[in-house]
Formats: sequence, C-alpha cells, structure tokens
Amino acid sequence: MKNPPILTVKNLSVVFPDSNGGLHALENISFEVCPRDFICFLGPSGSGKTTLLRILAGLLKPTSGQVDFIHNQQPKIGMVFQQAHLMPWRSVMDNIKLPLELEGMDESQARIKAQEMVELVGLNGFEDSWPRELSGGMAQRVGIARALIHDPDLLLLDEPFASLDAITRERMWVELSRIWQVKQKTIIMVTHSINESLFLADDVLVLTQRPGQIKLEVKVDLPRPRNDDIRYTPHFGKLARKLRGAIE
Amino acid sequence: MKISFSRWLGLFSIIIGILGWGLIVRLSGLPRFILPSPLDVWTRLLRSLADGSLLYHTSVTLLEITLGLLVGVTLATVLGYMLAKSHSLEKILSPYLVASQAVPVVAIAPLLVIWLGHGIISKVVICALIVFFPVLVNTVVGVRAVPPALYDMMNSLRASRWQVMTKLEVPASMPVLLAGLRIGATLSVIGAIVGELVDAKEGLGYLLKVGDFQYDTSMVFVAVIMLVALALSLYGIVTLLEKRFLKWQNK
Ligand SMILES: Nc1ncnc2c1ncn2[C@@H]1O[C@H](COP(=O)(O)OP(=O)(O)OP(=O)(O)O)[C@@H](O)[C@H]1O
Ligand SMILES: [Mg+2]
Repeated sequence: MKNPPILTVKNLSVVFPDSNGGLHALENISFEVCPRDFICFLGPSGSGKTTLLRILAGLLKPTSGQVDFIHNQQPKIGMVFQQAHLMPWRSVMDNIKLPLELEGMDESQARIKAQEMVELVGLNGFEDSWPRELSGGMAQRVGIARALIHDPDLLLLDEPFASLDAITRERMWVELSRIWQVKQKTIIMVTHSINESLFLADDVLVLTQRPGQIKLEVKVDLPRPRNDDIRYTPHFGKLARKLRGAIE
Repeated sequence: MKISFSRWLGLFSIIIGILGWGLIVRLSGLPRFILPSPLDVWTRLLRSLADGSLLYHTSVTLLEITLGLLVGVTLATVLGYMLAKSHSLEKILSPYLVASQAVPVVAIAPLLVIWLGHGIISKVVICALIVFFPVLVNTVVGVRAVPPALYDMMNSLRASRWQVMTKLEVPASMPVLLAGLRIGATLSVIGAIVGELVDAKEGLGYLLKVGDFQYDTSMVFVAVIMLVALALSLYGIVTLLEKRFLKWQNK
C-alpha cells in the first residue's frame, strides 16, 4: 500500500524566451512523488534537469502545466546545487548553519547541529576555513551539509556528487541512503551516472535530449540496504543496460 | 625581521625628506614667509597647540567631516540600494544624478554658503554632496554584482526579504561598498576645506586663509599637515573596517 503523493507534476512545460520562438527546455513532464520516495532523473546535458529542480524548489514558474504539493503548501526544502554556491564571507561552519539561522534557531544550538553535520560530511578540522581554501569536492560537501541541517521534508539534489572522488562519492552514497532511511526523507536527485541512480533510487526517470521529455521510467527493485556488491549482480546489470539504452 | 626593516625604511624616508626640505631652505635663502624651515613649522605647531587654537579648529573641521560623511554615506547607500533594485527608479533618477555630477561641487560651494550661511551646516552639506556620488555608484555596482545563484540558494530556504538583504546583499557587496567609502573618506576632507575656504569663522580652512592673509606661512603648513593627518586617519579607519569585514578575502 502506498501513501498518497506529496507532489504531483502534470503536463509541465518550460519555454525560455529567446530570439527565435523560445527555447523549449522541458516538454509535457508528468510524474508523482510519494512520501519517502527516492527518485532519480537521468538525462543528457541540457535536457532540463536543473530547470526541473528549480521549478520544484519554487525558484522558477513553469510556462504551462501544474506542480501541486500536498495540502497546497511548499514543503521545507533542502537543495544541493550543481556548484556548491557557498557564501565566501562565511566560514565552513557558518555556511552550514545558515538555514538554521534563517529559521531563527539560537546560536549555540545551531552550532551543535552544524558540528554534527561537519562530522557527517567528513570535514572535521575545517570548521573555520574559508570557502576559498576548500577543494571543489570539499565545498560540495559543505553544500550537502547545508542542505541537510534543517531537516527538510524534500531534498532536491542536482548532481551533488559529480565533483567528488570515487571513494568519497561512494561513501556519500551510503550516507545518503542511511539518512534517507533513518530520517524518512523524500529525495529527488539529478545525475549523469547510471550506477549512482541504481545504487540510490527507487525510481529512475530518463529524460530525452532537449526539449526534455520523460522517455523511460525504471523501477529499481534491488534489495536494500544496497552495498557495493550489488553492482556485480545480474539484475543490476540488466537494469543498467536498460538505462544505458535509453540515454542517447 | 623583514617587516620591521621595511617599517624603518618608511621612517628613514620621512627623515631624509625633512632634512632635504631644511637643506633647500638653508641653501636657497628664501624668506620665511615664502618657504619656512621645518623648525619654523615645528615651533608654530607647538605654539598653536599651546594656545588651543589648533585643536579647536581641527575639531570643527573633524565635526563637519564626520557629519558630512554620515549624511552622505547614509543617503547614498539607501538610495543606491533602491536604485540597484529598481530599474525604473534608476531610469527616472539617472538624468538628475548624471547632471549633478557634471556640476563640480567646488563651483556651487559659494552658492551653498549663501543659502545655508557660513556656519557648519553649509560645510556639512558640501561634504555630504562630494561624498555622495562615489558611494552611490559603488553601492549600485556592489548590490548588482551579488551572484544570482546565491539568491536562488536563499530563496530555496525561504529567506525573507530582510534576511536576503542582511545576510546576502550587504555582506556580498561589502568589498565594493568599502572601496566607495575609501574614496568618499578622502573626498570628504576636500569638501569640508572647500566650504571653509569660501567663508568660515572656524576650521582648518579658516586657519589656512588667515595664515595666508597674515603671511604666516608656517601656519599654513601646520594646517596642511593637520589636514593630511585627518585624511590619513580616515583612510586608516576604512582600512581597519576592511580588515574587520573582509578578512575572508585573499589578500
Ligand atoms: N534562465 C535561463 N534562461 C534561458 N535559458 C535557460 C535558462 N536556464 C536554462 N536554460 C536552458 O535550458 C536548457 C536546459 O538547461 P538545464 O540547466 O536545465 O540543463 P541540465 O539538464 O541541468 O544540464 P546539465 O546536465 O549540463 O547540468 C539549456 O539549453 C539551457 O541553455
Ligand atoms: Mg544541470
């Protein structure tokens, strides 16, 4: 039995104005998200993945179609952007606790929570560093910590692990699965990586080249918790081939 | 080691300069009212310090500068922020702003003194006017340069307008704002002096003029030295602000 969807997207299209008739970024996208779902969007560059997340986050209005949240209210969102987008004038610690500050949590409590997040993403010892002193992967981990700290209902992740090295990336996969299971989050993630989507998601949606349309939906019926070995099972291979075939 | 050495270098250069000045006076035999010697200036400085006149006039000028900076910077940042946020307001106001910039403040200073009297108010206004434009321009540039991605980030967290301003726009534009303040601080000294030279009964500009009338050239030197000291202190304060607020920058 499934809960009613917390998010329903219907016939969503996005056209960016340009000089010749508009740039069609997304066309006729429909899908549903139930609480605790982990959904991955897989698609080539320029297929409108970031645009889709921006719409779900309320940062952009669709040209047509509907985005409806349950009870008609935007859930609390944690977003990880394709680039880290840190505030250069804030230390690692202060960047991570920004969402709590915005919620008005008191300073000492916010620091304790931020310290927990620092440990989660493995940045111990860098609490007082400036963003300019971090590597790309470290900055991205700060962005991930910032997206999780205020315990959002809906996580929107835009290729969050693309700039990490293979080992850290796989550690983050495991962490993210754990957080998702323990904290009962709903996650919508965008990625280029078939492995990543199969390792993490319940549902993988493949987008076509621009304008992005949903080309294929694959239910990932691999057992959880998933570990590294799962990648060498025949079923994983079958799903991977199916996705590979759908991506042009 | 290296730092203390270069600090000595600066002091050394000043001493050489003063000695050179003294030497020129001695060799050229110019009369005191054309070019006073360092010693003349020094004794004049001590005398005007002793009778309290120097500190009094310096404090008047300092008050004018402080008030002028306060008024000019406040108005410029508030208006600059609004201009940065509203393109239509910018369209409406920009002809006036550009025109006002084409009129040199020095030229309208006498007018302002006629209108506002030869008291402190006319100087504060001149000072504020001269400070206004560079601070305004830098505010607009600074606020417009806030990365759009960070607005997205703040909006995804449902930040209020006030939070966006205080936690994003103000700190993000701080480097450009302080650069504007640096220019403004230096100009404010000029503004106050221009006002005082037009007409005043007190202030360093007044001292300059009196020294000039009475062929008390040493006095003129003393006043100029005080002005330099004022300008340097203001500059130093802005530098301290930068140290405090921009320590995240790679310097
Ligand atoms: N604000 C905008 N104005 C105009 N065009 C835009 C805007 N944002 C995105 N686009 C266009 O929409 C299309 C989709 O962009 P989007 O960033 O969503 O792609 P993406 O799938 O995230 O790509 P990538 O994998 O490279 O990140 C692109 O052609 C892009 O040029
Ligand atoms: Mg993208």
